Amino acid sequence: MGAFGHYLTGHFATLRLEFWALFIGGLANGVLYGMVAVGYTLVYGVLRLINFAHSEIFMSGGFAGYFVMKALVGTAVPSGMASVGLIVLGTLVGGFVGAFMATLVERVAYRPLRRRHAPALAYLISAIGASYFLYNMAGKEFGRVPISMPQPYINHPIVHIFGAPVQMYYVIILLAGAVMFLALDRIVAKTKLGRSIRAVAQDAETASLMGVNIDRTIVLTFIVGGALGGAAGFLFGMGTGVSNTMGFVPALKAFTAAVLGGIGNLRGAMIGGFLLGVVESLSVVFVQAAYMDVVAFGILVAVLLFRPTGILGERLGRAA
Amino acid sequence: MLEVHEAVVRYGAITALHGVSFEVNQGEIVTLLGANGAGKTTTLRMLSGLHAPQSGRIMFEGQDVTTTKAHMFTSLGIGHVPEGRRIFPQMTVEENLEIGAFRRHGSYSDDMDRMYETFPILKERRKQIGGNLSGGEQQMLAIGRALMGQPRLLLLDEPSMGLAPMIVDTIFRIIGEIRDGGTTVLLVEQNAAQALRLADRGYVMENGRIVFGDSASNLLTDARVRAVYLGENVES
Ligand SMILES: Nc1ncnc2c1ncn2[C@@H]1O[C@H](COP(=O)(O)OP(=O)(O)O)[C@@H](O)[C@H]1O
Ligand SMILES: [Mg+2]
Repeated sequence: MGAFGHYLTGHFATLRLEFWALFIGGLANGVLYGMVAVGYTLVYGVLRLINFAHSEIFMSGGFAGYFVMKALVGTAVPSGMASVGLIVLGTLVGGFVGAFMATLVERVAYRPLRRRHAPALAYLISAIGASYFLYNMAGKEFGRVPISMPQPYINHPIVHIFGAPVQMYYVIILLAGAVMFLALDRIVAKTKLGRSIRAVAQDAETASLMGVNIDRTIVLTFIVGGALGGAAGFLFGMGTGVSNTMGFVPALKAFTAAVLGGIGNLRGAMIGGFLLGVVESLSVVFVQAAYMDVVAFGILVAVLLFRPTGILGERLGRAA
Repeated sequence: MLEVHEAVVRYGAITALHGVSFEVNQGEIVTLLGANGAGKTTTLRMLSGLHAPQSGRIMFEGQDVTTTKAHMFTSLGIGHVPEGRRIFPQMTVEENLEIGAFRRHGSYSDDMDRMYETFPILKERRKQIGGNLSGGEQQMLAIGRALMGQPRLLLLDEPSMGLAPMIVDTIFRIIGEIRDGGTTVLLVEQNAAQALRLADRGYVMENGRIVFGDSASNLLTDARVRAVYLGENVES
């Protein structure tokens, strides 16, 4: 009896640690989904458009970060502050390139349609075209084989959170994500930029009567979404390498997260991302890892059946 | 102050304004009367850059604003209280007022205080979102929001629409006060009697044309106006 009791406690202790490891890993993935989801939801808010080229904006951030790491890390092994600096730099460069690509997509694929008052279907085709163009272009330039990223930190160090071993990689993502989400949340709630984005999302014409430049606001929205998407691309690429198709699955999940949280709702996108990441990760306790994606999309369908507007409901207005 | 010459606006194949001309002088309240679909809203929207005229010219304070973009008009000194109020439904009352000052530089807290004095109910509802206000409160908010841009010319599109008579009286009283405070007003109204009693001059629109204009007192006694817009049974 005593022996069996010991066996049980030991077993649960292992399970608990396993749970935390899965939870934190899932949450880190969820942060990445959330960062990408924010881009979908912001653009949807102001344009009522799903920017299908967002997966390639994510990819562009991944490649940008990759080239920075390749140039600066190479085969050397940085340590301590140097590796922190490298990760911050990679995230910034990824974000910068993502923002740039997003403005390019807006200018080339969407703005001309807006000028001509094109129907919604035209935007969809243009979006798919831009996506297709970009990932094929990347495939041609950078090859179609996944490339692993030079690691800015040494040998995947492990830190312990609640006694559970967690990869440093996840901790980095959680910290970076926390900074970005808090900043974004405040920007949208309190700054003039945020206010103009919300005004355009709620009633673009009236916003222009207030002096808000709609075109400029739309570009800024793409910049903010593109920066977060590009930064997420780098952070993701650090873990799984970069390739021209690296955006497909994460972006689809991010889109799922955005719909889950209520498309157009900023906090919803973040929460949807966390939720999807965690549930997906914990699902391996119950089902084979191969079914993870099935679980992710199963949740989407289930939530939408009961709450068609997502968990927090539609509208960017509440994005406070 | 404002001169409109032969302005033509089309929506695709439909011509909404067939060469509209009128003027508004500094310090006046001018009212634009006309049945539904006459082109009153289109006229105001054109004056805010939401519709560019296909031909014609719009001059404001000596400046040609015919092709000026909508978001430039608040800085030029034209405020717009749109038809249906168009409050930002998910923003608080306070945020709605603040966005009226979007183009202003520096502090505007004095003006916020003034708005709350003029519309005490808005102060009470300061933290509520615009979508939860009553029609009258929304109308006051729409007016306050436009005033936050410090307009010299205020365009009002049917501010009394759908409101209880007591609130309509308040709104009209406030419009008078706005004019007395030095802001020129162009008022579109279905409520012709009340509009004409407040206004200095008026124009009557029919089918995208201005059919006549006169001083408000003359229009109040004009047989055509009384028959059609004041709903009186007069022999002419
Ligand atoms: N967005 C639009 N598209 C097509 N026609 C419109 C549009 N808006 C108004 N119109 C038409 O233009 C004319 C003038 O409308 P409007 O300016 O709203 O009149 P009013 O404000 O005097 O009721 C009407 O015939 C109306 O049907
Ligand atoms: Mg109208």
